[in-house]
Amino acid sequence: MRLSNLPKGAPAVVDCVDDAHPSDPIAQRLRDLGFVDGEPVRVVATGPMGGDPLLIQIGSTRFALRRSEAARVAVRPEAA
Amino acid sequence: MSASTLPLSSLRIALVGNPNCGKTALFNLLTGGRQKVANYAGVTVERKEGRFTAPSGRVLHVLDLPGTYSFDANSPDEQITRDVCQGTHPGEPAPDLIVCVADATNLRLHLRFVLEVKRLGRPVLLALNMMDTARRRGIAIDVAELQRRLGVPVVETVAVKRGGAQALIARVDGEVPMAAPLQPDDAASRADLHAQVRELLTASVRMPRATALLDDAIDRWALHPVFGLAILAVLMFLIFQAVFSWAAPLMDGIEAGMTALGAWLTQALPAGSALHSLLNDGIFAGLGAVLVFLPQILILFLFILILEESGYLPRAAFLLDRMMFKAGLTGRAFIPLLSSFACAVPGIMATRSITDPRDRLTTILVAPLMTCSARLPVYTLLIAAFIPRRHVVFGLFNLQGIVLFTLYLLGIVSALVVASVIKRLRRDKSEHALLMELPAYRMPQLRDVALGLWQRTVIFLRRVGGIILSLTVLLWFLSSFPGAPAGATEPAIDFSLAGRLGHAMHYLFAPIGFNWQICIALVPGLAAREVAVSALGTVYAMSGSDPALVSQLGTVIARQWSLATALSLLAWYVFAPQCMSTLAVIRRETNSWRYVAISAGYMFALAYAAALLTYQLARMLA
Repeated sequence: MRLSNLPKGAPAVVDCVDDAHPSDPIAQRLRDLGFVDGEPVRVVATGPMGGDPLLIQIGSTRFALRRSEAARVAVRPEAA
Repeated sequence: MSASTLPLSSLRIALVGNPNCGKTALFNLLTGGRQKVANYAGVTVERKEGRFTAPSGRVLHVLDLPGTYSFDANSPDEQITRDVCQGTHPGEPAPDLIVCVADATNLRLHLRFVLEVKRLGRPVLLALNMMDTARRRGIAIDVAELQRRLGVPVVETVAVKRGGAQALIARVDGEVPMAAPLQPDDAASRADLHAQVRELLTASVRMPRATALLDDAIDRWALHPVFGLAILAVLMFLIFQAVFSWAAPLMDGIEAGMTALGAWLTQALPAGSALHSLLNDGIFAGLGAVLVFLPQILILFLFILILEESGYLPRAAFLLDRMMFKAGLTGRAFIPLLSSFACAVPGIMATRSITDPRDRLTTILVAPLMTCSARLPVYTLLIAAFIPRRHVVFGLFNLQGIVLFTLYLLGIVSALVVASVIKRLRRDKSEHALLMELPAYRMPQLRDVALGLWQRTVIFLRRVGGIILSLTVLLWFLSSFPGAPAGATEPAIDFSLAGRLGHAMHYLFAPIGFNWQICIALVPGLAAREVAVSALGTVYAMSGSDPALVSQLGTVIARQWSLATALSLLAWYVFAPQCMSTLAVIRRETNSWRYVAISAGYMFALAYAAALLTYQLARMLA
């Protein structure tokens, strides 16, 4: 499942970040920011227009990601 | 910690760390500097240097570097940090000691970069900043254990408190810690850093909650799809209302003071003399006209500073991001565009935090459309003179505030439109990243806000006393000489150089309703936009015998201009051809005259078109 499809508030853990194209700087930056295997992640809020961007909580940090960025992150939903 | 060398007589230290961890606040605390701080990522985009003398007498040179999440630099500001730390920055030797600053409430993110810095093989020290907030939130950090496992000295700091850097000063004043061995940087070892961070956290940090309870509660409302937008709209509205309602008594005071001072200073001079005219018509009419706007500028900045410090601004960016996305702007453009409300020059410099060069260029081109504070005097002069002070919508809103709000909105909308046009012209299908961290909320520090307001005052007064004064005096000369021939019945200014220039330009500007006095004022307005106001003050003082003129420019233009002319000039100033300093900074940041020409050209065309449309419509409807 992609982070961009994760319902708001549903707990999940990161699986991996996929490059959208070879040597994708956005994917690399996401990994640097802590989107790595096993990290708990959650969608906290969505933007008011068209549900974009997403506010993602990972660890103690909150990042605003546009849907196309969040789509690079593969997640495993967890039972609440 | 083991020591490597004896104390040096001077030491170069560099402050590095993730964005918004308080490096600049720490820099200011150490060096007594007054660099800008705020609660969002990307405030510092340049290296800043300062120095202080430690208790031992050792001189410490402190470098404040832009924040970065990783040495895998994406943008120009991050590259500076990487190059300085690696010792490859031209003309900048590698620092003797790297002080990694980390937000103690967000170690999971920040420790990763600390580990990355450590691998450079240089002496490193870790400053755990915001320790006060961490304690308040019940975050327990076993500093001794962290230091042992990390293998670098760790000190606690509170950069926003006086004396909050004592432990850091004591440590850097001692022996320089030994460098960790240099380690290769590759993809495998990078992934490994996260595992190390997890180990460190498990061993030394206890967090009761990932985020502050209060922040979650505020964000539930502030980021709510409906209430969030409503809160933002109300907030913006209140600001513009306050600019008019709060400033009025202060402005009256300044106006009265200037009039009295002018009268007192010139009473001894003979009434018809050139000196009397220079002081009265030139300096007091000109400078006084601009000076009265100081209260409005300060009220606007009071709100901006409080919003900056609180951490609300990135939330506003989150709410409005969809619009930026549609216009083809990167989410990172929000902060530079916001800075442009103060002045386009720092705004354009702030685009250095934008990764993609084309995204950066688009942002540079539209940044001057944001209403800079130099336009405020022009707007409020015309609004106060032509828009009735009436309360509308159940007496809740002041009509003048609404018009000002609309003008700001018009600037924002046109920036979005121009950005979309650029996107179309380029057939740009590329992706525009956002990737923005939302910081924890913070109570605005009274000291920072007061300092920010003081700096604005100094900047404004320096402009008034510098460029505006010089141009006003120059304009007075141009409007006085050559004098009228004997027997002439028209005002003397008609025969002067400025008068002739104004009349010549009038042919071009008549279709948009500008009279020749406005035409004269447009020319010095290119140097600094507020000068248009002081120039009008001088021109009208020179061309009339109206005694009310000296300090009450508003009253005079209300009597002499049509509403259509006033609205047309307002529309002109939404786009107003660039000021020289903006063009100079565009040249520097893009390294190209072509973009300077494009920028000046399109804004001139837009200004003329908007003024033409406004004037003709207003005349038809009137």
